[in-house]
Amino acid sequence: MDKQRIHTNPQHYSWLTDQLSPPSAFGSGLLQAFWVGGLICVIGQGISDIGVHLLDMNARDASTLASITLVFLTALLTGIGVFDQIGKYAGAGSFVPITGFANAMVAPALEFRREGLVLGVGAKLFTIAGPVLVYGVGSSVIYGLIYALFIH
Amino acid sequence: MLLMYLKAFLVGGVICAIGEVLVLRTSITPARILVGYIIAGVVLSAVGLYAPIVEFAGAGATVPLTGFGHALAQGVKHAVEESGLIGAFTGGLSATAGGITAAILFGTLVALIFKPHSK
Repeated sequence: MDKQRIHTNPQHYSWLTDQLSPPSAFGSGLLQAFWVGGLICVIGQGISDIGVHLLDMNARDASTLASITLVFLTALLTGIGVFDQIGKYAGAGSFVPITGFANAMVAPALEFRREGLVLGVGAKLFTIAGPVLVYGVGSSVIYGLIYALFIH
Repeated sequence: MLLMYLKAFLVGGVICAIGEVLVLRTSITPARILVGYIIAGVVLSAVGLYAPIVEFAGAGATVPLTGFGHALAQGVKHAVEESGLIGAFTGGLSATAGGITAAILFGTLVALIFKPHSK
């Protein structure tokens, strides 16, 4: 052990770890996020097309239908514990689409429901969705004011 | 039509992969990434850069959280055009009501029906 240490300076150590760690942990992480995220968007496109072509919706309503359906599927998959597995595999591929927003609402509400219907379920729904809405709505109001006063 | 699906896959995938780069290469938490994405969506939409991406990639651009920000910004813009300054307050949530309401409704139902999983 001590004999090995003599030869191990920081550069050598980092060279060693580079040699021994899987060649592309970074690359495979990216690929997993890419294909799962892409697939979720394809499912969204499919639902949207069903809305436009089969249900006579306009593009905006069809897009809302896609959001609602993806949110529903995410809530269900979170409930039965499957979404967690998808999240572990896909990382940002599952939390960057609207599925991530839905999961961020459902998961804490489920986990903390024994704290009651009001401060458990009701409050924890917005643990992460709260900040997202605060900054999303906030920045859209700023844009709306600028647009109303200076552009429109 | 098949081409649209390919474009949705590629653009949606790239938007997610950018998020994964932030996860793997920085210490930014997922919650902050989501907040960053929605603000980025509002800003890109406001300067007119996001609508062309939606035009090109459909759900590949509207399903990621940046698309949520885009919906907020476009909602505000249309509401201001229709009813003036008050639209800045009403347009955003009106345009995104479907997704938010679905998340509240299904989130509550799932939390009531299912049991928490041990991690």
